[in-house]
Amino acid sequence: MLHKIWRFIRQVSGDDAYERYLAHHAAAHPGEPSLSRPEFFRREQERKWNGVRRCC
Amino acid sequence: MKSTIFQRIGWFLVAILGAAAVGGIALNRGESINAIWFIAAAACVYALAYRFYSAWIAARVLVLDETRATPAERLDNGRDFMPTNKWVVFGHHFAAIAGPGPLIGPTLAAQFGYLPGTLWILVGAVLGGCVQDMTILFFSIRRDGRSLGQMARDELGPIGGAAALVGTLMIMVILIAVLGLVVVNAMKHSPWATSTVAATIPIAVLVGLYMRNIRPGRVLEGSLIGLALLLFAVAGGGWIDHNESLRPLFDHEGLTLAWFVIGYGFLAAILPVWLLLAPRDYLSTFMKLGTIFLLTIAIVLMRPEIKMPALTQFIDGSGPIFGGSVFPFVFITIACGAVSGFHALIASGTTPKLLANERDIRMIGYGGMVLESFVAIMAMIAATVLDPGVFFAINSPAGVVGKEAADAVAKISSWGFPVTVEQMEFLAKEMGEKTLFARTGGAPSLAVGMASIFGSAFGNGLLAMWYHFAIMFEAVFILTALDAGTRVGRFMLQDMLGNFSPKLGETSWYPSVLLTSGMVVAAWGYFLYIGVIDPNGGVNILWPLFGISNQMLAAIALSVATGILVKSGKLKYAWVTGAPLAWLAMVTTSAAWEKVFSSDVRVGFFAAANDMADKLASGALPAAKAKFAPQLIFNQQLDAWLTIFFVVVLWVVIFDMLRVAARYLRGKPVLPLSESPHEPSRLAEDWVRD
Repeated sequence: MLHKIWRFIRQVSGDDAYERYLAHHAAAHPGEPSLSRPEFFRREQERKWNGVRRCC
Repeated sequence: MKSTIFQRIGWFLVAILGAAAVGGIALNRGESINAIWFIAAAACVYALAYRFYSAWIAARVLVLDETRATPAERLDNGRDFMPTNKWVVFGHHFAAIAGPGPLIGPTLAAQFGYLPGTLWILVGAVLGGCVQDMTILFFSIRRDGRSLGQMARDELGPIGGAAALVGTLMIMVILIAVLGLVVVNAMKHSPWATSTVAATIPIAVLVGLYMRNIRPGRVLEGSLIGLALLLFAVAGGGWIDHNESLRPLFDHEGLTLAWFVIGYGFLAAILPVWLLLAPRDYLSTFMKLGTIFLLTIAIVLMRPEIKMPALTQFIDGSGPIFGGSVFPFVFITIACGAVSGFHALIASGTTPKLLANERDIRMIGYGGMVLESFVAIMAMIAATVLDPGVFFAINSPAGVVGKEAADAVAKISSWGFPVTVEQMEFLAKEMGEKTLFARTGGAPSLAVGMASIFGSAFGNGLLAMWYHFAIMFEAVFILTALDAGTRVGRFMLQDMLGNFSPKLGETSWYPSVLLTSGMVVAAWGYFLYIGVIDPNGGVNILWPLFGISNQMLAAIALSVATGILVKSGKLKYAWVTGAPLAWLAMVTTSAAWEKVFSSDVRVGFFAAANDMADKLASGALPAAKAKFAPQLIFNQQLDAWLTIFFVVVLWVVIFDMLRVAARYLRGKPVLPLSESPHEPSRLAEDWVRD
């Protein structure tokens, strides 16, 4: 139960985004080189804020 | 699914309790009423609407298809398109739609008494706002997660698309200006509030550096450190407030603070997002969810008495916070919390790209807005537990009740809301402020309300701490809205300018970034500046303008939805979005009509401009006011034309939708539905990705 809550908190905050990216990458593009953690985080932040993210 | 007899009895009881609670709230006169009735009424109305109305919309009107693959599944790229646990999507969606709006609107609307605002929040949400969010989310999911502007262009034509774009940009400008004004009014001559809010900037930068360089991508760690520092900053503000040599550094006039906010907005827009915007957003989101949760617990624990009457005499339009009668102004004062057009941008932005299954549209779209509406109800409670005299003393601008405390309390007491100078001085002292008079805008009165609720639930000794915590909490996400809004405005402007000069459209070309950011900041900075120098408080002008523009965007979204429903051959269900559209068109148009043509100087823009011009010409204005008069006159005229523009855009889109619908019904060619073809979902039934 605690473990589940912790996983939820990590996912909803985006703390585990890189791990999920690696999982997706391994499944969808096996063999290709993946981004490093800092590089992934940098690109994600740029992408996320290129649009309406927050309301009034 | 056949419902059992027990379920039917259960829902029947919910209906009876809901009717009793709403009836109790509506018919109560003279005596105070407990806040728990508000919670009960809201909970029952939401439960019934969610269980029956949203289920009916899902099954009959939209016909959600569980077997159909969503864009998240079909276009999965591990980043923006990604099937995600529905509770995670719910969290993201709620955090995105719930900003300072549902806290400020109900607080201002409390000048009419608690009843009009509360009823509009409940009815407007379940029949309007929730429906808008849910249908737009559905249509966007059926169209690969396209934005509202694109859908308007694809389904209605170029006019609808352009209107959505221009409308969004305008709302952004007005919204940021009014939010900036709220922060300025909370910070003026308050070293504690100012230093705490100022401290949030270096804290955000520190968290940004931590998440990027020290421990890349460790969002939780960084946020926790940031939150601890923010709490420390609240306490530190109290220390600065008592320190004679540091205190003057943070003790400023409204106008000075406005220039700081404008300068900050420009810096935030041109700095990289990872340094300030993204970390600030993490902090404000945690802060927002945590505080709302805490406020719910505190209200349920201590069940405060509502002291504001159900209706005040200000329903006739003579209200001190903003002029205008209860109809139509309560409906545009409370936009977020009842119907907010801005949500349509979120429901057609990040959210549709994450949903793993269409059946969750109901919970995310409808349920997310139900929760935001509940936040608005709690803001209404926090504003109305104050003594009405105190509420009006905090919120009435000096231009209405007078600059001197004695004049202000005399005037407010003469309205039948007794309050004394000693009472206000004692309250200010308890909250750690020099004065609480004329802090128009909703944030301080909400903070006093929250502080007294928190204080009595969790210990009264720390009232000043709670007050400044509440101010910091509001300021943090107001500043986030300001940063994020400026950035979005910049992108839109670059997009538009790119049609004339491709170079200006490049989002990473620095001269263009500087130019367009400067233009957006100048636009909202202008309205903020005028709002601060306006003796009537600026909120009187800006908040209705924001409400009208936000409801205009809602009308655009509902027009798009109604148009699509008709084109899908569902004319008999078109009222589901058509009825709230008609209501919004009516209230927005009549509010705009009054703002333009009313002869009451506190309502009509032209009337106010002419009145001031006459006074200026006859020399009736004191020198201090005469200095600003030409600017204020120009601004009133500008606001009138802006209002006219909003209404014209609103009706152009509605007629465009009606034209498309009429063509379709007469069998003439229209733009085809842009829905993507059906693909079966391959995700397992109870599949959850984590």
